[in-house]
Formats: sequence, C-alpha cells, structure tokens
Amino acid sequence: MTEPTTAAAPAGRANRQPLSLRVPEPSGRPGDTPDFSHLKLDEPGAVDRPEASTAPAEMRDHAFRLIRVLDDQGRAVGPWDPKLDPETLRRGLKAMILTRAFDDRMHRAHRQGKTSFYMKCTGEEAIAVAQGMILSREDMGFPTYRQQGLLIARGYPLAAMMNQIYSNAEDPIKGRQLPIMYSAKDHGFFTISGNLGTQVPQAVGWAMASAYKGDDKLAITWIGDGATAEGDFHNALTFAAVYRAPVILNIVNNQWAISSFMGIAGGDQTTFASKAIGYGLPALRVDGNDFLAVWAATQWAEERARSNQGATVIELFTYRGAPHSTSDDPSRYRPGDEHEKWPLGDPVQRLKQHLIALGEWSDDQQTEAETDAVAQVRAAGKESEAIGTLGQSRPSVKTMFEEVYATDDWRLVEQRREVGV
Amino acid sequence: MSEQTTFTESDRADGIEPDMVDQDAAPASVAPASGGVGPMNMIQALNSALHVKMAEDPDVLSFGEDAGYFGGVFRVTDQLQQKHGLTRSFDAPISECGIVAAAIGMGAYGLRPVVEIQFADYIYPAYDQIVSEAAKMRYRSGGQFTSPIVVRSPYGGGIFGGQTHSQSPESLFTHIAGLKVVIPSNPYDAKGLLTAAIEDDDPVIFLEPKRLYNGPFDGWHEKPVSPWKAQELAQVPTGKYVEPLGKARVVREGADVTILAYGTMVWVSLAGAEHAGVDAEVIDLRTLVPLDIETIEASVKKTGRCVIVHEAPRTSGYGAELSALVQERCFYHLEAPIARVTGWDTPYPHAFEWEYFPGPERVADALKSVMSGGR
Repeated sequence: MTEPTTAAAPAGRANRQPLSLRVPEPSGRPGDTPDFSHLKLDEPGAVDRPEASTAPAEMRDHAFRLIRVLDDQGRAVGPWDPKLDPETLRRGLKAMILTRAFDDRMHRAHRQGKTSFYMKCTGEEAIAVAQGMILSREDMGFPTYRQQGLLIARGYPLAAMMNQIYSNAEDPIKGRQLPIMYSAKDHGFFTISGNLGTQVPQAVGWAMASAYKGDDKLAITWIGDGATAEGDFHNALTFAAVYRAPVILNIVNNQWAISSFMGIAGGDQTTFASKAIGYGLPALRVDGNDFLAVWAATQWAEERARSNQGATVIELFTYRGAPHSTSDDPSRYRPGDEHEKWPLGDPVQRLKQHLIALGEWSDDQQTEAETDAVAQVRAAGKESEAIGTLGQSRPSVKTMFEEVYATDDWRLVEQRREVGV
Repeated sequence: MSEQTTFTESDRADGIEPDMVDQDAAPASVAPASGGVGPMNMIQALNSALHVKMAEDPDVLSFGEDAGYFGGVFRVTDQLQQKHGLTRSFDAPISECGIVAAAIGMGAYGLRPVVEIQFADYIYPAYDQIVSEAAKMRYRSGGQFTSPIVVRSPYGGGIFGGQTHSQSPESLFTHIAGLKVVIPSNPYDAKGLLTAAIEDDDPVIFLEPKRLYNGPFDGWHEKPVSPWKAQELAQVPTGKYVEPLGKARVVREGADVTILAYGTMVWVSLAGAEHAGVDAEVIDLRTLVPLDIETIEASVKKTGRCVIVHEAPRTSGYGAELSALVQERCFYHLEAPIARVTGWDTPYPHAFEWEYFPGPERVADALKSVMSGGR
C-alpha cells in the first residue's frame, strides 16, 4: 500500500495522525468459509420478558439481545414462549410450507419465461406468516416485497397473486406494477412500492389516523436492514414516537441488501433494533427464524399498541436464503453455503421439529403437507395460466389510461383516443 | 368584518412585505359570520376555507411545521387548533418527507389531511413521497387505495427571500401523472379552490403565491402596495363555496393578445398590459392540472397572439407546456410567435430580486414584440 501523499502540514498540525477511510466488509466472500463468529446469540429462553407497559428507557438492553424460544431440540423454553395451541402451530407451519411452495413455482415460472421478475422469501417465512396470523385483516400491513407470507397466511387466493405476477387480464391491479407488488386492501395488505422505505412513515400516518378517529386498528410495517438507511425510516420513527402511533415497526434484518451486507447500513456497529432507542421507542430483537419468538414479540408489541402505548420496533434477525430477486446472483458476492450454515437454522424445519417434539406432527404429515402445498400451487397455477402468463393475456389497453385520477381529464381522454382504444 | 392587516401601512409604503419575518403579526383568523361577505386578504381567505371545512368534516385535519398552536409562519392555520382541537391542527416535526408520508397514510385510512410545507423551497425532501407514492397510489393499487390529500405551500418570489424562500417549483409537479396543481391569485379563488382541493379525491399540490398574501402585488415594486380590500375579488363569503378545479378565470377581456398567467403573475400581467397600452385578454389559469384548455384555445383563436408569464425558470417551465399546447391547437390562428416572460435559468438571486422577478415592463416588452409580429 502506498503512503497517502500529504501536503506540507501547517505549523501546529505536524503531529496529527493521517486519517483513514473505513469501508466495512462482510465476514466472507465467495470461496470463503462462512464465518458467523461475530454474532452474539443469546441462548433460547435467556432473554427476560418485560411487561408490555415497560418504559422504553427501562428495557434498552432488549435492543441488543436476541429473543429465542425454540431450542436445538425443538422445545419451547423461557418467558417468551407464547404457548400456542397445536392447531395454531400447524396452521402456521402449513402457511410457511405453502409460501415456500409458491415461491418455488413462481421462481421456476420466471425461468420458464412466464413472467419478468420474481422475489422469494426463503428463510424468512416465519415472519410474515406469524405476524399475518396475529394481526387481523382490519389492521393494515405496509409490507415490502418479501412479505408474501402475509397474504398466504390470510388465505388470499394464490391464483390472484399469480395473475398479478403475470400481469394478465385478471390481475387485481390491472397490469400496472412489477410482479409481486401486490395490493390487497381487504386482506390488510397495502399496495407495495418499489421505492424503499416509503411505506414506513405511511404506516405511521395510517396508525395516527386510526388513533385520531378513536378506532381500534393497528398498522404494521416492514422494512429491510438496508433500507433503514433511508430518511423515510428515521422520519417514521420520529413521527411514531412524537404522536404515539399504534404501529408495529418491523426491521427484517436478512443480512443482505442485494449484494451489500448489513454493515453497509451500519448494522455491524450496532443492532438495527437499537435505532429505536434514540427515538424513545421500545425495541425487541428477535430470532426471525423462530416462529414462536416472532409470535411472542409481535404479541408484545400488539398489546402495547392496542393499549394506546404506541409503537414498538422489532428487529427480526434472519437470513435471506434466496437471491435478492430473479435478477440477482449471490454467488458473485457471498459464500455459496452461507445460508446452509446460518446458525439459527431454517424456520420451517424448526417449527416442524417443535411440533414433532410436542407429539403433534410427524414426518409423514410433513411430507403430506408439502405435497398438498405443491398441489394447491399447481391448481392455482393452472387457473392463472389458463387466463394467461405475461404477454399472453393482459387487461384491456384502455385501462392504461384509467384511475390516474378519480375522473379522467381531457389529456387522458385525448391520449387514449390517440392510441385508438 | 374589519380588515386585519398583518403589517403596517407604513411598512407597505417602504416596500416591506410580511413574509417569513412576520411572526408577531396579529392573527388572521376570521370569525365566520354565517351568510356574510366581507373583505379578506388571501391569508384570511385560506384560513376561512380551513375553518369552514374542518367545522363541516371531522375527517379534515391540518398539520405542518409551526402550523398548530402558532398558526403557521404566515398565519394561514391560525386558530384552527384553538377552535377545532389539538388533534385536528398540530405542529409537525421538521420533516417534510414525514409530513407528506403521514398524510398519505392518513389519506389511505380515509381522512382528508391538509398539510403545510412551510415554504415550497422545502418541499424537495417530500418529493419522493409526493411523486412515487401519493401520485401513483390510485393507479398502482387498481383503485384500492387513494391519496385525497392537500399539500399547501407558500411559493414564489418578490419578497427578498433569496433562493430558499422564493422558488416556483410548479412544473416539478405538473409533470407528474396523478397530481393536481392549483395556484390561486386572489382571496376569493384561494378560498373556493382550497375548498375544492380538500374535497378532491386525488392529491393536490396547492401553491400559495406568498407575495399576494397581503395585497395584489403587480410588480411595480417601488410603488406603495395596495391592500386587498380595494379589490372585488377580496370580497369573500364567510360561509362555504367551491370554485371547481380545472376552470380558468378571464380576469380581463381583450382583443389583441392572450396572456396566460397564474399566481402573482396575473397581477403583473394586468399591469404589463396597461403599461404597454395593449388590449390584452388576461387568463388566470388557477389550476395548472387539470388545465382549462378550452378557455385558452378559445381566447388565442380570438386574439391570434399569446404571451405566457410565470416566475419559474424558463427551461422546462410550465410555460413550455402551455406554448406547446397553444401551438398544437391554435397554430393557424397565430399571427406572431408565442412569447414567454419568465424567471431566468438561474437560482433565485437575493440581490437581483427585480432583475429576476418578471415585472410589468418585461411583460409590456413582450406584448409590444408580439403585437409587431414577434420582430
């Protein structure tokens, strides 16, 4: 390395040390052995559970701990065990299995040229599924593009999702958005934006509106670790704290923002949960691959919000198993087997193991559930593809000019005429 | 109702305007006497619109920086909090992005928030939320979600505000599909148009020419400022009325040339026509989107000449769009090239206020040029 050239230092500055610029780097690159030695993981059951009414200043440690419920044997341990009945657990597991099956098929559909784009949520299924089950459809979710599990857990028709992905004639949003940018108001699923972070302060505004009206509905939103660097995120936390908005602010820390590891968003200097502290908000940091821990933390935040005590920030610590999108190739920037080696495992396998440990599930039932999920997805695929995949079918061209405004103005009328539709 | 000025007549004589230093001003609030009509300045008229709508519709609320208890640095939201309650008119953090984003979330819920961006020059941190979110909401969600919000903001120059308190960013919004852009030029329209904007189901960028807040400034900056009360368009009903969006107002009928203007430039254009001694038809666009193309087209076809006046820089300004539309629709009626009188393609300069700000002399020059066939 060459010495930086320095101009002659002015008098009095000769003894100052030359500065150097830090650019953070991940612990492993392609070809390296995955190294997770920097992670500080609490043992399952080790983190205490404060009352939901605890003042944020009294629970700052929670922003640096990691709430875990499931241990290595699949047992639920410690104060955060939500003590869910087996039926709820089975529903959760099946929704996660279905989400994964859906992802697999749509990823393949992209490879087969049936659509232009797809994004999987592999490894993150527990988050949207558990949270989608806890909150109701009347509460509004402001998702990113990796919360498809929310729709699936709520029974939104898979064929409607596919119709959106294919921009076909039955696409609920009329072929206007990139695949997977769903909108499903009646399922508590806000229209997804491709611009990162914008949904978080909107969720706060929605929650403020609910409080303004004396309503009982909550907002819940998600943002990735990378997008927490956007100003929108920080504006949202300010507004949430100032107006005590009934909102749950999730940060899905899946370690990677396309090719940038979470350190590029400052995540190797502190935890993402700890961002909440400066705003006076309570924070929980949770193993996002542990269905029970996600459930328990969300329930805690829900209790707090429903009792008018305002927002909670939850960091969901997980790992993005899949490429960012169908346009991405992670083998170019991270160790190939990093996901397999992730010390917090796979959310589907862990919930399965738990149910088996409870005597409420078996390998056969798992196989049956997986087969059933594939069949459901196949049936939906058949239904959607009968309408058409991308380019085979689409909404009428005249709809391109509709709903820009509540009422079309003369420009749109003229331009539609110009197109001849 | 008595005229409440927010600064003294001697200030006016000195050419001093209220703008951002006018923080000890008397409240502008209007005591709504039902059924009455009285003189209001533009601040009072806007304030009256907010009072009337908030009294009528519990889903209307107002917030912005200093816009709560204090009533805004220009006093437009004066007494809203005191009259309608803390949760209906409140101060916001200094976060334009957060203000607009919160309004979008509220709009998606079903409220009709009216937010204030303290100066239009500060609106850029909210630009992504306005452009990528509010404007696209109805379209991208297939009509499931909408953004019935109003973003109010004082804009424009002539107040020695320098580059950060004088800009005219309207064309940054007229270019965006899904937004409506409204700019009133007098108290009567200000109230009626703001009422319409609040009731509109789409996002409205409502730009208030702050040089007009306290009087119809015509660009003769060395002359004493005349107050609004002398103007017919300052006779404002205290109750509710609506001026529909998308309708221009012909403020002066004329035969020789059509002037297209909005905001402060309406008054400058009138003064410019008088100075030139030209029988100009002056059209106040009032809403840039949707645009009243019929009124424009009919007028230019009648006069055969067109001058476009705005404060914003010329390149890609709204005048470029107007010029294209007139050319496309009225080419065979034109007897001279269309002329534009605009701000220059520079940042807004503090020391050169009156060289930058289009005044009546520049308008008069353009009119004379157009009358002589553009030569």
